[in-house]
Amino acid sequence: MEIIKTKNLSKLYKNNELEVLAVDGVSLSIRQGEFTAIVGPSGSGKTTLLNMIGGLDAISDGSVEIAGTNINSMNENELIDFRLKNIGFVFQAYNLIPVLTAKENVEFIMLLQGISPEERKKRSEELLTQVGLEDKFNVRPNQLSGGQQQRVAVARALASRPRFILADEPTANLDSQSTSKLLDIMAEMNKKENITFLFSTHDQRVIDKARRIVTIEDGKIISDEVR
Amino acid sequence: MKTTLKIAWRNIWRTPLRSLIVIGSIVLGIWAGIFVVAFCYGLNKQRTTSSIESAISHIQIHHPEFRQNFEGKFVLEEPKALKETLENEEGVKAYAFRSLLFGMINSPIKSNGVQIIGVHKDEEKKVTNLHSKITAGTYFETKRKNAILIGEALAEKLKVRLRSKVVLTFQDQENNIISGAFRVCGIFKTQYTKYDENHVFIQNKDLHRLLKTESYHQAALLSHSLEDVDETTHSLESKLKNYDVKDWKRISPELAYADEVMETWLFLIMIIIMLALIFGIINTMLMAVFERRKELGMLMAIGMNKSKVFMLILTETLLLSLVGAPSGMLLGALTIKITSQTGIDLSVVGDGLQSVGLGNIIYPVIDPWFYAFISILVFVFTLISAIYPSKKALKLKPTEAIRTL
Repeated sequence: MEIIKTKNLSKLYKNNELEVLAVDGVSLSIRQGEFTAIVGPSGSGKTTLLNMIGGLDAISDGSVEIAGTNINSMNENELIDFRLKNIGFVFQAYNLIPVLTAKENVEFIMLLQGISPEERKKRSEELLTQVGLEDKFNVRPNQLSGGQQQRVAVARALASRPRFILADEPTANLDSQSTSKLLDIMAEMNKKENITFLFSTHDQRVIDKARRIVTIEDGKIISDEVR
Repeated sequence: MKTTLKIAWRNIWRTPLRSLIVIGSIVLGIWAGIFVVAFCYGLNKQRTTSSIESAISHIQIHHPEFRQNFEGKFVLEEPKALKETLENEEGVKAYAFRSLLFGMINSPIKSNGVQIIGVHKDEEKKVTNLHSKITAGTYFETKRKNAILIGEALAEKLKVRLRSKVVLTFQDQENNIISGAFRVCGIFKTQYTKYDENHVFIQNKDLHRLLKTESYHQAALLSHSLEDVDETTHSLESKLKNYDVKDWKRISPELAYADEVMETWLFLIMIIIMLALIFGIINTMLMAVFERRKELGMLMAIGMNKSKVFMLILTETLLLSLVGAPSGMLLGALTIKITSQTGIDLSVVGDGLQSVGLGNIIYPVIDPWFYAFISILVFVFTLISAIYPSKKALKLKPTEAIRTL
């Protein structure tokens, strides 16, 4: 089943007289349960492509379909609601809410979805245990290491039961040990629970773990390799 | 809402010093506002009370034409029947019948135009506090005829002392010139220097003997309280159709007008204080939004809709005020409680205060409703001050959270 489908997706940035085509006619299809890395050098258009797939950036041309729903015509509020229900995000800099504990951070997205307190508590504890943070429920982000914070971010992304997870350079700020642990967790979730992951990365450790590698350069897909 | 409150509360304390400075400015602003208001109300109340207690009383009754030109021929008709009505009126605590004339007071050195007020010493004691304002001599405690009480300012002007002789000259009802020699038996000092300079008190019996008629121009009434005055006035107006019944507000409209002007000014003062606070709050919240733009962008990226982001910023702003405002009100209430008992000594500017009918010590006073008014004002102004930072937050792009950091 196709979860993500882009057709001739383009993004043109205009700055005064300067025009930059960040993404140039990308057509991509991601199926349920894939563990895909979009790779390429800095400025190749990876993040812009991910932003458009995630409904965070406006599309200049082409289309994005998520589980059969075209998101091009959605307004800002509809997109926010769509993201909440369908997409999990993991950011490079973790971006946890600093005033909430690890458990509260995971619960927060479920709160936005209107899930009951009991359900929120149960699922957040389960997810944090799954990512190996069973002893860090009540710890705030500033008391966690980078790797631990990113694991909380993964738990948060999974908490809303999204159709897929978009992870933008998730290991860029992590050391080898933390990267390895985080990748193991995500790979295990992908394998056991068939959760779809889509990364943008230029980290070889992520590339090594991915089962499909889409290489992008100057906004265009130059190779699409399935392992 | 509980989580929004929790996040907002914790966000406030992410930069404790900055939040404490804003909260401190709210506390000080509200405290200062309440205190200024209470001080001004105290000032005005003192002026009103002083005028009522020392001269005008709560209600006055005259011949319908007397107050047009203050002519001596317009005397109160049927004073006995009038006294009977006043005796039976529940709202009347005390009354005093007065004779009022304009004339000259002459000392061997100088003369001065004055209003001569003929009083019954015991009746007057129940209505005004003139007897307590005697600074030298006595309040008509003499068996001699033609005793007179004059103000300290007038005594100084005429260069007379206790037991000095002065001559009063005035017209009777037929416009004949009447003169009488009086001896100063008491010197009084009210809070209003001008009043002391222009009014003298003699006893009705002496005045009636000189005028060869027993007539009165004014009945001064004291109600049980200031709040009862309106009701008593209405009641008397309906019973005394042939008389001119007026309450203190109509007798001395400048006092009532001062109340209204004061209220307008105080309202403006509070608005100015609140405007100053608004800018402080807006500045703080803008800084908070700017510092957290990536976090707010992330919240929108993961699915927090705009109304919830708006509510978060609004809640943070409200919490800043809700911590500051009650503390400011409490501090204000405490200050007023203390100073309303001890008073604020302004004797350094005492002369200036007395020239406008005020004492040296001011007792701040405030209506409890004012705290409710402040609460509403703070709430409304906080809502206003939250709008701009919230709108700024809503303009943030979620992509910022992903692109940067």
